[in-house]
Amino acid sequence: MASPVEQFAVKPIIPVAHEGGALPFYTFTNSSAAMVAAVLVATVFFWLATRKRAVVPGRWQAVGEVLFDFIANMIRDNVGKEGMKYFPFVFTLFVFVFIGNMLGMLPYSFTFTSHIAVTAAMAVLIFVGVTIIGFARHGFHYLHMFFPHGAPLATAPILIPIELISYLSRPFSLSVRLFANMTVGHIMLKVLAGFVVSLGVVGGIVPFAVVSGITVLEFFIGALQAYVFTILTCIYLNDAINMH
Amino acid sequence: MPQFDPTTFASQLFWLAVTFVLLFIVVSRFAIPRLGEVLEQRQKLIADDLDRAHQLKAETEDAIRSYEKALAEARAKAHDVLRVAQDEMAKAADERNKAVNAALAEQIKQGEARIGKARDEALASVRDIAGGAAVAAVSRLAGLSPDEATVQAAVSGVMKESA
Repeated sequence: MASPVEQFAVKPIIPVAHEGGALPFYTFTNSSAAMVAAVLVATVFFWLATRKRAVVPGRWQAVGEVLFDFIANMIRDNVGKEGMKYFPFVFTLFVFVFIGNMLGMLPYSFTFTSHIAVTAAMAVLIFVGVTIIGFARHGFHYLHMFFPHGAPLATAPILIPIELISYLSRPFSLSVRLFANMTVGHIMLKVLAGFVVSLGVVGGIVPFAVVSGITVLEFFIGALQAYVFTILTCIYLNDAINMH
Repeated sequence: MPQFDPTTFASQLFWLAVTFVLLFIVVSRFAIPRLGEVLEQRQKLIADDLDRAHQLKAETEDAIRSYEKALAEARAKAHDVLRVAQDEMAKAADERNKAVNAALAEQIKQGEARIGKARDEALASVRDIAGGAAVAAVSRLAGLSPDEATVQAAVSGVMKESA
């Protein structure tokens, strides 16, 4: 039986010549296919949602509007009016992660969000972006992030390292959270589904029921992690724009 | 785990960059403007409709006010007309009453005059008849024939006594 982590293997779809080492960067793999599929799904969805642009929305348009308002409100509530500048980016981020997680739930598909390389790249992009925004808005003053106003000077030797570590650990927690959630969920599904096969028709009923339940849970976790990833981005943006 | 196989990192990162940028373009150039437009349009439509409703309401109130004013004016006018007509009618009735009263008074006067004349005539003839009757009675009872003047004087005396 296949190993439960085999589903995460990145395999070239279009074979390329590589002498045992790293795949060339342009190699089109199952991961790339899933990403392209996510963009296509999103594009088709947005096309469906904005095809008619009716005053009284149809089904697709209603979903599109709910999504739009959901992200817009998330930014307004967490960052404020100034955060709306980054609305397209946050919107893209949520749609990309959400569709990635959802497509990953399809059997035999590939979950690109279960790869640390992908989640880390996004997390680092957010981290670097937020830090640049912070320094651009507040200049040198942004360093006050690490030593809040009103704290006694004596606490500086403890407070500054703690704040610094918590700030620097953001990209790690952000990327590992998504990657670990998706990876563990999919491994669990694979292992439990393996029990169904090995226990046969009669004995397999129990793990089958469990797998069905876990599948629903995984859809929920996929949506939730996309939300968490996005809202943390908003919170970091808020720190950079408004400073706490 | 395949996640920690660095040989695939370059490909993953490259395609992540390509697809993310692509999706960003789709979202920022296509999805957000169109969804935003639809939401804005709806907002505008609702605001416009509300404005129109307010305007119509104001117009309705104006119409009601002018209607009530017209109604009050008409009522006052009708009242005036009614009063004028009443006055006129009262005056006419008064005049007619006066005329009729005058005519009646005239007729009464004339009637009284006629009655007086008739009574005088009647009284005169009563005297003649009484005189005749007295002459006849005297001649029958006493065999006398009294002269006209004596009889007339006697009758006049009796009539004066009885009157």
